[in-house]
Amino acid sequence: MQCPKCHAAMHTYNRNGVQIEQCSGCRGIFLDYGELESLTRLESQWSQQAPPVQQAPPPPPQAYPAAPAPAWGAPQHGGGHYGGHHGGHHRQKSFGRMLFSS
Amino acid sequence: MTTSVVRALGRVARDTAHPAVRAADPAGCRACGESTVLADRPDGTVVRHGEVVAKAHADGTDPAGHRVRLAVAAHPLLAGVLLPPLPAAAEEVSGRPVTAWPYGTPVDPNDPDAAPWEQAGTLLARLHALPLAALSEAVAVERAVAGPGPRLPDMRGPAKAARAVARMRAAGPHPAAVPVERAWQRLPAWARGEARAPGPYALCHGDLHLGQLVRHPAPDGPWLLIDIDDLGLGDPAWDLGRPAAWYAAGLLPPETWLRFLGAYRSAHGPAVPAARDADPWPRLDVPARALTVQTAALALAKSTAEGRDPDDVELLMIDACARIADLATEFTPGASS
Repeated sequence: MQCPKCHAAMHTYNRNGVQIEQCSGCRGIFLDYGELESLTRLESQWSQQAPPVQQAPPPPPQAYPAAPAPAWGAPQHGGGHYGGHHGGHHRQKSFGRMLFSS
Repeated sequence: MTTSVVRALGRVARDTAHPAVRAADPAGCRACGESTVLADRPDGTVVRHGEVVAKAHADGTDPAGHRVRLAVAAHPLLAGVLLPPLPAAAEEVSGRPVTAWPYGTPVDPNDPDAAPWEQAGTLLARLHALPLAALSEAVAVERAVAGPGPRLPDMRGPAKAARAVARMRAAGPHPAAVPVERAWQRLPAWARGEARAPGPYALCHGDLHLGQLVRHPAPDGPWLLIDIDDLGLGDPAWDLGRPAAWYAAGLLPPETWLRFLGAYRSAHGPAVPAARDADPWPRLDVPARALTVQTAALALAKSTAEGRDPDDVELLMIDACARIADLATEFTPGASS
Protein backbone atom coordinates (compact mmCIF):
# COMPACT_ATOMS: atom_id res chain seq x y z
CA MET A 1 0.00 0.00 0.00
CA GLN A 2 1.18 3.53 -0.78
CA CYS A 3 1.18 6.45 1.64
CA PRO A 4 -1.60 8.88 0.62
CA LYS A 5 0.57 11.83 1.73
CA CYS A 6 4.11 11.21 0.45
CA HIS A 7 3.46 8.10 -1.73
CA ALA A 8 6.25 6.05 -0.15
CA ALA A 9 5.55 2.36 0.63
CA MET A 10 3.64 1.57 3.82
CA HIS A 11 4.57 -1.44 5.94
CA THR A 12 2.31 -3.44 8.21
CA TYR A 13 3.18 -3.80 11.89
CA ASN A 14 1.39 -5.60 14.64
CA ARG A 15 1.04 -3.65 17.88
CA ASN A 16 -0.65 -5.65 20.67
CA GLY A 17 -2.68 -7.52 18.10
CA VAL A 18 -3.68 -4.37 16.18
CA GLN A 19 -2.43 -4.21 12.58
CA ILE A 20 -1.17 -0.74 11.69
CA GLU A 21 0.37 0.49 8.45
CA GLN A 22 3.29 2.88 8.82
CA CYS A 23 4.81 4.87 5.99
CA SER A 24 8.51 4.21 5.40
CA GLY A 25 8.91 7.84 4.27
CA CYS A 26 7.01 10.30 6.47
CA ARG A 27 6.32 7.72 9.28
CA GLY A 28 2.60 8.49 9.08
CA ILE A 29 0.24 5.79 10.33
CA PHE A 30 -2.86 4.38 8.67
CA LEU A 31 -5.51 2.59 10.70
CA ASP A 32 -8.17 0.31 9.20
CA TYR A 33 -11.83 0.35 10.21
CA GLY A 34 -12.20 -0.40 13.93
CA GLU A 35 -8.49 -0.24 14.71
CA LEU A 36 -8.63 3.13 16.45
CA GLU A 37 -11.34 1.71 18.72
CA SER A 38 -9.17 -1.36 19.37
CA LEU A 39 -6.24 0.85 20.38
CA THR A 40 -8.46 2.99 22.61
CA ARG A 41 -9.77 -0.12 24.26
CA LEU A 42 -6.28 -1.46 24.86
CA GLU A 43 -5.25 1.87 26.37
CA SER A 44 -8.19 1.98 28.74
CA GLN A 45 -7.51 -1.61 29.80
CA TRP A 46 -3.90 -0.72 30.46
CA SER A 47 -4.64 2.40 32.48
CA GLN A 48 -7.28 0.74 34.61
CA GLN A 49 -5.69 -2.72 34.86
CA ALA A 50 -9.31 -3.83 34.82
CA PRO A 51 -12.02 -4.72 32.33
CA PRO A 52 -13.10 -1.77 30.15
CA VAL A 53 -15.77 0.53 31.59
CA GLN A 54 -18.19 0.04 28.72
CA GLN A 55 -18.43 -3.66 29.55
CA ALA A 56 -21.82 -4.54 30.97
CA PRO A 57 -21.76 -5.97 34.48
CA PRO A 58 -22.17 -9.75 34.54
CA PRO A 59 -25.84 -10.70 34.82
CA PRO A 60 -27.01 -11.93 38.21
CA PRO A 61 -26.62 -15.69 38.62
CA GLN A 62 -30.38 -16.26 38.60
CA ALA A 63 -30.64 -14.76 35.09
CA TYR A 64 -29.48 -18.13 33.72
CA PRO A 65 -30.26 -21.64 34.79
CA ALA A 66 -27.26 -23.36 36.35
CA ALA A 67 -25.15 -24.62 33.45
CA PRO A 68 -24.33 -28.31 33.73
CA ALA A 69 -20.61 -29.10 33.57
CA PRO A 70 -18.74 -32.38 33.13
CA ALA A 71 -17.38 -34.41 36.05
CA TRP A 72 -13.87 -33.21 35.19
CA GLY A 73 -14.91 -29.52 35.06
CA ALA A 74 -12.85 -26.85 36.83
CA PRO A 75 -13.47 -26.54 40.57
CA GLN A 76 -13.98 -22.77 40.17
CA HIS A 77 -17.30 -23.38 38.41
CA GLY A 78 -19.64 -21.09 40.30
CA GLY A 79 -16.67 -19.26 41.77
CA GLY A 80 -16.48 -17.00 38.77
CA HIS A 81 -12.86 -16.13 37.94
CA TYR A 82 -12.92 -16.75 34.24
CA GLY A 83 -10.09 -15.99 31.87
CA GLY A 84 -12.03 -13.73 29.59
CA HIS A 85 -13.32 -11.46 32.32
CA HIS A 86 -11.76 -11.38 35.72
CA GLY A 87 -8.30 -12.82 35.29
CA GLY A 88 -6.47 -9.57 34.58
CA HIS A 89 -4.90 -8.21 31.44
CA HIS A 90 -2.28 -10.88 30.88
CA ARG A 91 -4.69 -13.76 31.32
CA GLN A 92 -7.27 -12.13 29.09
CA LYS A 93 -4.66 -11.73 26.37
CA SER A 94 -3.55 -15.33 26.57
CA PHE A 95 -7.13 -16.63 26.48
CA GLY A 96 -7.82 -14.26 23.60
CA ARG A 97 -5.05 -15.95 21.60
CA MET A 98 -6.44 -19.39 22.45
CA LEU A 99 -9.90 -18.39 21.21
CA PHE A 100 -8.48 -17.77 17.77
CA SER A 101 -6.13 -20.71 17.25
CA SER A 102 -6.57 -24.28 16.05
CA MET B 1 10.66 -20.50 0.08
CA THR B 2 7.71 -19.07 1.97
CA THR B 3 8.36 -15.69 0.41
CA SER B 4 7.94 -17.09 -3.08
CA VAL B 5 4.66 -18.76 -2.02
CA VAL B 6 3.48 -15.42 -0.61
CA ARG B 7 4.43 -13.62 -3.80
CA ALA B 8 2.75 -16.19 -6.02
CA LEU B 9 -0.36 -16.10 -3.83
CA GLY B 10 -0.44 -12.30 -4.09
CA ARG B 11 -0.52 -12.70 -7.87
CA VAL B 12 -3.32 -15.28 -7.65
CA ALA B 13 -5.34 -12.98 -5.40
CA ARG B 14 -4.77 -10.03 -7.71
CA ASP B 15 -5.56 -11.98 -10.89
CA THR B 16 -8.69 -13.37 -9.27
CA ALA B 17 -9.76 -9.89 -8.20
CA HIS B 18 -9.10 -8.31 -11.61
CA PRO B 19 -8.90 -11.00 -14.30
CA ALA B 20 -9.04 -8.36 -17.06
CA VAL B 21 -5.95 -6.42 -16.01
CA ARG B 22 -3.80 -9.56 -15.57
CA ALA B 23 -1.73 -8.87 -18.67
CA ALA B 24 -2.04 -5.09 -18.71
CA ASP B 25 -0.55 -4.30 -15.32
CA PRO B 26 1.67 -7.14 -14.12
CA ALA B 27 3.55 -5.07 -11.56
CA GLY B 28 0.77 -4.01 -9.22
CA CYS B 29 -2.68 -2.65 -8.84
CA ARG B 30 -3.26 1.02 -8.18
CA ALA B 31 -6.75 0.53 -6.84
CA CYS B 32 -5.89 -2.02 -4.15
CA GLY B 33 -2.23 -1.28 -3.40
CA GLU B 34 0.06 -4.11 -2.36
CA SER B 35 -1.13 -7.50 -1.21
CA THR B 36 -1.21 -8.18 2.54
CA VAL B 37 -0.19 -11.43 4.22
CA LEU B 38 -3.02 -12.44 6.59
CA ALA B 39 -1.44 -15.71 7.74
CA ASP B 40 1.72 -17.64 6.95
CA ARG B 41 1.86 -21.00 8.71
CA PRO B 42 2.73 -24.52 7.56
CA ASP B 43 -0.99 -25.37 7.62
CA GLY B 44 -1.98 -22.44 5.45
CA THR B 45 -0.70 -19.24 3.86
CA VAL B 46 -3.30 -16.54 3.21
CA VAL B 47 -2.73 -13.37 1.18
CA ARG B 48 -5.26 -10.61 0.63
CA HIS B 49 -5.51 -8.38 -2.41
CA GLY B 50 -8.36 -5.88 -2.28
CA GLU B 51 -11.59 -7.82 -1.94
CA VAL B 52 -10.01 -11.22 -2.59
CA VAL B 53 -7.95 -13.57 -0.42
CA ALA B 54 -5.97 -16.48 -1.81
CA LYS B 55 -5.01 -19.42 0.37
CA ALA B 56 -2.27 -21.99 -0.20
CA HIS B 57 -3.37 -25.07 1.74
CA ALA B 58 -0.95 -27.25 3.70
CA ASP B 59 1.68 -29.37 2.02
CA GLY B 60 0.38 -32.92 1.82
CA THR B 61 -3.30 -31.89 1.54
CA ASP B 62 -5.24 -34.86 0.13
CA PRO B 63 -6.14 -33.59 -3.38
CA ALA B 64 -9.33 -35.66 -3.81
CA GLY B 65 -10.71 -34.75 -0.39
CA HIS B 66 -9.77 -31.12 -0.98
CA ARG B 67 -11.68 -30.97 -4.28
CA VAL B 68 -14.81 -32.42 -2.69
CA ARG B 69 -14.58 -30.01 0.26
CA LEU B 70 -14.26 -27.10 -2.17
CA ALA B 71 -17.29 -28.32 -4.15
CA VAL B 72 -19.26 -28.62 -0.89
CA ALA B 73 -18.34 -25.04 0.04
CA ALA B 74 -19.57 -23.85 -3.36
CA HIS B 75 -22.86 -25.77 -3.08
CA PRO B 76 -26.02 -23.61 -2.88
CA LEU B 77 -27.18 -25.62 0.16
CA LEU B 78 -24.36 -23.99 2.13
CA ALA B 79 -25.29 -20.44 1.12
CA GLY B 80 -25.53 -18.28 4.22
CA VAL B 81 -23.60 -20.85 6.30
CA LEU B 82 -20.12 -21.14 4.78
CA LEU B 83 -18.34 -18.50 2.70
CA PRO B 84 -18.44 -19.70 -0.95
CA PRO B 85 -15.17 -19.85 -2.92
CA LEU B 86 -14.33 -17.73 -5.96
CA PRO B 87 -13.03 -19.24 -9.19
CA ALA B 88 -9.28 -18.97 -8.47
CA ALA B 89 -6.83 -17.70 -11.10
CA ALA B 90 -4.55 -20.68 -10.33
CA GLU B 91 -5.07 -24.11 -8.77
CA GLU B 92 -1.71 -24.61 -7.11
CA VAL B 93 1.39 -22.81 -5.94
CA SER B 94 4.60 -24.75 -5.22
CA GLY B 95 2.64 -28.00 -5.22
CA ARG B 96 0.14 -26.72 -2.64
CA PRO B 97 -3.54 -26.46 -3.61
CA VAL B 98 -4.73 -22.86 -3.88
CA THR B 99 -8.22 -21.47 -3.36
CA ALA B 100 -9.64 -17.94 -3.63
CA TRP B 101 -12.33 -16.37 -1.42
CA PRO B 102 -14.04 -13.04 -0.99
CA TYR B 103 -12.50 -10.99 1.82
CA GLY B 104 -14.60 -10.96 5.00
CA THR B 105 -14.13 -9.00 8.22
CA PRO B 106 -12.86 -11.26 11.03
CA VAL B 107 -13.83 -11.22 14.72
CA ASP B 108 -11.98 -8.45 16.59
CA PRO B 109 -9.27 -10.38 18.47
CA ASN B 110 -9.07 -7.61 21.07
CA ASP B 111 -12.69 -7.84 22.01
CA PRO B 112 -13.60 -11.53 22.55
CA ASP B 113 -16.59 -10.45 24.68
CA ALA B 114 -18.13 -8.93 21.56
CA ALA B 115 -17.53 -12.15 19.59
CA PRO B 116 -20.56 -13.53 17.71
CA TRP B 117 -21.17 -16.52 20.00
CA GLU B 118 -24.88 -16.76 19.11
CA GLN B 119 -24.15 -16.58 15.39
CA ALA B 120 -21.48 -19.27 15.78
CA GLY B 121 -24.06 -21.54 17.45
CA THR B 122 -26.69 -20.82 14.80
CA LEU B 123 -24.30 -21.35 11.87
CA LEU B 124 -23.13 -24.69 13.28
CA ALA B 125 -26.71 -25.82 13.82
CA ARG B 126 -27.54 -25.00 10.20
CA LEU B 127 -24.38 -26.74 8.94
CA HIS B 128 -25.18 -29.86 10.97
CA ALA B 129 -28.77 -29.96 9.72
CA LEU B 130 -27.84 -30.06 6.01
CA PRO B 131 -29.21 -33.08 4.11
CA LEU B 132 -26.22 -35.33 3.49
CA ALA B 133 -27.82 -37.36 0.72
CA ALA B 134 -28.54 -34.29 -1.44
CA LEU B 135 -25.09 -32.91 -0.73
CA SER B 136 -23.15 -36.06 -1.51
CA GLU B 137 -25.21 -36.67 -4.65
CA ALA B 138 -24.58 -33.15 -5.92
CA VAL B 139 -20.88 -33.43 -5.15
CA ALA B 140 -20.69 -36.82 -6.87
CA VAL B 141 -22.36 -35.39 -9.98
CA GLU B 142 -19.90 -32.55 -9.97
CA ARG B 143 -16.99 -34.98 -9.85
CA ALA B 144 -18.66 -37.36 -12.29
CA VAL B 145 -18.18 -40.14 -9.76
CA ALA B 146 -20.70 -42.93 -9.53
CA GLY B 147 -21.07 -46.04 -7.45
CA PRO B 148 -21.36 -46.85 -3.76
CA GLY B 149 -19.14 -45.71 -0.95
CA PRO B 150 -18.71 -42.49 0.98
CA ARG B 151 -18.36 -39.52 -1.33
CA LEU B 152 -17.90 -36.89 1.34
CA PRO B 153 -14.59 -37.08 3.22
CA ASP B 154 -14.50 -37.49 7.00
CA MET B 155 -14.23 -34.46 9.24
CA ARG B 156 -10.60 -34.07 10.30
CA GLY B 157 -11.07 -32.96 13.91
CA PRO B 158 -9.82 -36.17 15.56
CA ALA B 159 -6.88 -36.32 13.13
CA LYS B 160 -5.94 -32.80 14.23
CA ALA B 161 -6.09 -33.80 17.88
CA ALA B 162 -3.75 -36.72 17.11
CA ARG B 163 -1.39 -34.36 15.29
CA ALA B 164 -1.30 -32.00 18.29
CA VAL B 165 -0.34 -34.90 20.58
CA ALA B 166 2.37 -35.95 18.09
CA ARG B 167 3.71 -32.38 18.14
CA MET B 168 3.81 -32.41 21.94
CA ARG B 169 5.74 -35.70 21.90
CA ALA B 170 8.17 -34.37 19.30
CA ALA B 171 8.88 -31.31 21.46
CA GLY B 172 10.54 -33.62 24.00
CA PRO B 173 9.65 -34.86 27.48
CA HIS B 174 7.96 -32.40 29.82
CA PRO B 175 6.51 -33.15 33.27
CA ALA B 176 3.24 -31.44 32.31
CA ALA B 177 2.91 -33.76 29.30
CA VAL B 178 2.22 -36.74 31.61
CA PRO B 179 -1.42 -35.86 32.48
CA VAL B 180 -2.06 -34.73 28.89
CA GLU B 181 -0.84 -38.10 27.62
CA ARG B 182 -2.92 -39.98 30.21
CA ALA B 183 -6.06 -38.03 29.30
CA TRP B 184 -5.38 -38.83 25.62
CA GLN B 185 -5.00 -42.56 26.29
CA ARG B 186 -8.41 -42.64 27.97
CA LEU B 187 -10.22 -41.33 24.90
CA PRO B 188 -12.07 -43.76 22.62
CA ALA B 189 -10.25 -44.72 19.42
CA TRP B 190 -12.49 -42.59 17.16
CA ALA B 191 -11.70 -39.42 19.13
CA ARG B 192 -7.98 -40.13 18.60
CA GLY B 193 -8.47 -40.46 14.85
CA GLU B 194 -7.87 -44.22 14.96
CA ALA B 195 -11.37 -45.33 13.95
CA ARG B 196 -14.46 -43.89 12.30
CA ALA B 197 -16.75 -41.96 14.62
CA PRO B 198 -19.97 -43.73 15.62
CA GLY B 199 -22.92 -42.27 13.69
CA PRO B 200 -25.22 -40.61 13.04
CA TYR B 201 -23.07 -38.30 10.98
CA ALA B 202 -23.53 -34.69 10.03
CA LEU B 203 -21.52 -32.30 7.91
CA CYS B 204 -19.07 -30.82 10.43
CA HIS B 205 -16.69 -27.87 10.28
CA GLY B 206 -13.98 -29.78 12.11
CA ASP B 207 -11.98 -26.86 13.54
CA LEU B 208 -14.28 -24.26 15.04
CA HIS B 209 -12.74 -21.29 16.81
CA LEU B 210 -13.31 -17.54 16.67
CA GLY B 211 -10.88 -17.16 13.77
CA GLN B 212 -13.30 -19.22 11.64
CA LEU B 213 -16.00 -16.56 11.41
CA VAL B 214 -16.10 -13.54 9.09
CA ARG B 215 -18.66 -10.95 8.06
CA HIS B 216 -19.29 -10.91 4.35
CA PRO B 217 -19.70 -8.56 2.60
CA ALA B 218 -17.15 -6.66 4.73
CA PRO B 219 -17.38 -4.87 7.05
CA ASP B 220 -20.90 -5.53 8.36
CA GLY B 221 -22.53 -8.30 6.30
CA PRO B 222 -23.87 -11.44 7.96
CA TRP B 223 -21.47 -13.80 9.78
CA LEU B 224 -20.32 -16.89 7.89
CA LEU B 225 -18.05 -19.82 8.65
CA ILE B 226 -14.76 -20.10 6.75
CA ASP B 227 -12.04 -22.74 6.26
CA ILE B 228 -12.75 -26.02 4.46
CA ASP B 229 -9.58 -27.87 5.46
CA ASP B 230 -11.21 -30.04 8.14
CA LEU B 231 -14.78 -30.07 6.81
CA GLY B 232 -16.49 -33.45 6.44
CA LEU B 233 -18.66 -36.16 7.91
CA GLY B 234 -18.45 -36.77 11.62
CA ASP B 235 -20.03 -36.42 15.03
CA PRO B 236 -21.49 -32.90 15.08
CA ALA B 237 -20.78 -32.66 18.83
CA TRP B 238 -17.11 -32.25 17.85
CA ASP B 239 -17.82 -28.73 16.57
CA LEU B 240 -19.17 -27.75 20.01
CA GLY B 241 -16.22 -29.40 21.72
CA ARG B 242 -13.80 -26.49 21.76
CA PRO B 243 -16.11 -23.92 23.43
CA ALA B 244 -17.25 -26.77 25.72
CA ALA B 245 -13.61 -27.46 26.63
CA TRP B 246 -12.96 -23.76 27.38
CA TYR B 247 -16.07 -23.64 29.54
CA ALA B 248 -15.20 -26.86 31.38
CA ALA B 249 -11.66 -25.63 32.05
CA GLY B 250 -13.08 -22.51 33.70
CA LEU B 251 -11.98 -20.12 30.94
CA LEU B 252 -15.24 -19.34 29.18
CA PRO B 253 -17.84 -17.74 31.51
CA PRO B 254 -21.06 -19.78 31.87
CA GLU B 255 -23.09 -16.88 30.41
CA THR B 256 -21.05 -17.00 27.21
CA TRP B 257 -21.20 -20.78 27.00
CA LEU B 258 -24.99 -20.70 27.45
CA ARG B 259 -25.35 -18.00 24.78
CA PHE B 260 -23.53 -20.26 22.31
CA LEU B 261 -25.29 -23.48 23.35
CA GLY B 262 -28.71 -21.80 23.55
CA ALA B 263 -28.39 -20.41 20.02
CA TYR B 264 -27.36 -23.86 18.76
CA ARG B 265 -30.42 -25.41 20.38
CA SER B 266 -32.78 -22.67 19.20
CA ALA B 267 -31.62 -23.34 15.64
CA HIS B 268 -32.39 -27.07 16.10
CA GLY B 269 -28.78 -28.23 16.11
CA PRO B 270 -28.79 -32.04 16.25
CA ALA B 271 -25.63 -32.60 18.35
CA VAL B 272 -27.29 -32.17 21.76
CA PRO B 273 -30.74 -33.09 23.14
CA ALA B 274 -33.23 -30.41 22.11
CA ALA B 275 -34.85 -29.79 25.51
CA ARG B 276 -33.31 -26.80 27.24
CA ASP B 277 -33.15 -28.55 30.60
CA ALA B 278 -31.59 -31.72 29.16
CA ASP B 279 -27.93 -32.24 30.08
CA PRO B 280 -25.82 -31.83 26.90
CA TRP B 281 -22.71 -33.34 28.48
CA PRO B 282 -23.31 -37.00 27.70
CA ARG B 283 -22.96 -35.92 24.03
CA LEU B 284 -20.26 -33.28 24.52
CA ASP B 285 -18.02 -35.15 26.95
CA VAL B 286 -15.75 -37.05 24.54
CA PRO B 287 -15.24 -34.20 22.02
CA ALA B 288 -14.65 -31.69 24.84
CA ARG B 289 -12.07 -33.99 26.43
CA ALA B 290 -10.35 -34.53 23.08
CA LEU B 291 -10.18 -30.78 22.43
CA THR B 292 -8.93 -30.16 25.96
CA VAL B 293 -6.08 -32.58 25.22
CA GLN B 294 -5.47 -31.01 21.80
CA THR B 295 -5.28 -27.49 23.26
CA ALA B 296 -3.04 -28.55 26.15
CA ALA B 297 -0.75 -30.54 23.82
CA LEU B 298 -0.34 -27.60 21.43
CA ALA B 299 0.24 -25.24 24.35
CA LEU B 300 3.04 -27.50 25.61
CA ALA B 301 4.56 -27.89 22.14
CA LYS B 302 4.52 -24.11 21.63
CA SER B 303 5.75 -23.12 25.08
CA THR B 304 8.59 -25.66 24.85
CA ALA B 305 9.56 -24.35 21.41
CA GLU B 306 9.55 -20.80 22.78
CA GLY B 307 11.67 -21.84 25.77
CA ARG B 308 9.12 -20.69 28.36
CA ASP B 309 6.81 -22.23 30.93
CA PRO B 310 3.12 -22.65 30.08
CA ASP B 311 1.19 -19.50 31.07
CA ASP B 312 -1.83 -19.39 33.44
CA VAL B 313 -4.36 -20.06 30.74
CA GLU B 314 -2.39 -22.95 29.25
CA LEU B 315 -1.98 -24.39 32.76
CA LEU B 316 -5.78 -24.41 33.19
CA MET B 317 -6.06 -26.66 30.12
CA ILE B 318 -3.30 -28.94 31.47
CA ASP B 319 -5.08 -29.03 34.87
CA ALA B 320 -8.26 -30.12 33.08
CA CYS B 321 -6.27 -32.97 31.50
CA ALA B 322 -5.11 -34.03 34.96
CA ARG B 323 -8.73 -34.19 36.16
CA ILE B 324 -9.73 -36.19 33.06
CA ALA B 325 -6.82 -38.57 33.67
CA ASP B 326 -8.01 -39.11 37.26
CA LEU B 327 -11.63 -39.83 36.36
CA ALA B 328 -13.10 -43.11 37.49
CA THR B 329 -13.45 -45.53 34.58
CA GLU B 330 -17.24 -45.37 34.63
CA PHE B 331 -16.99 -41.75 33.47
CA THR B 332 -15.56 -42.86 30.14
CA PRO B 333 -18.60 -43.41 27.94
CA GLY B 334 -18.04 -45.25 24.71
CA ALA B 335 -14.43 -46.12 25.60
CA SER B 336 -14.75 -49.45 23.81
CA SER B 337 -15.83 -48.01 20.46
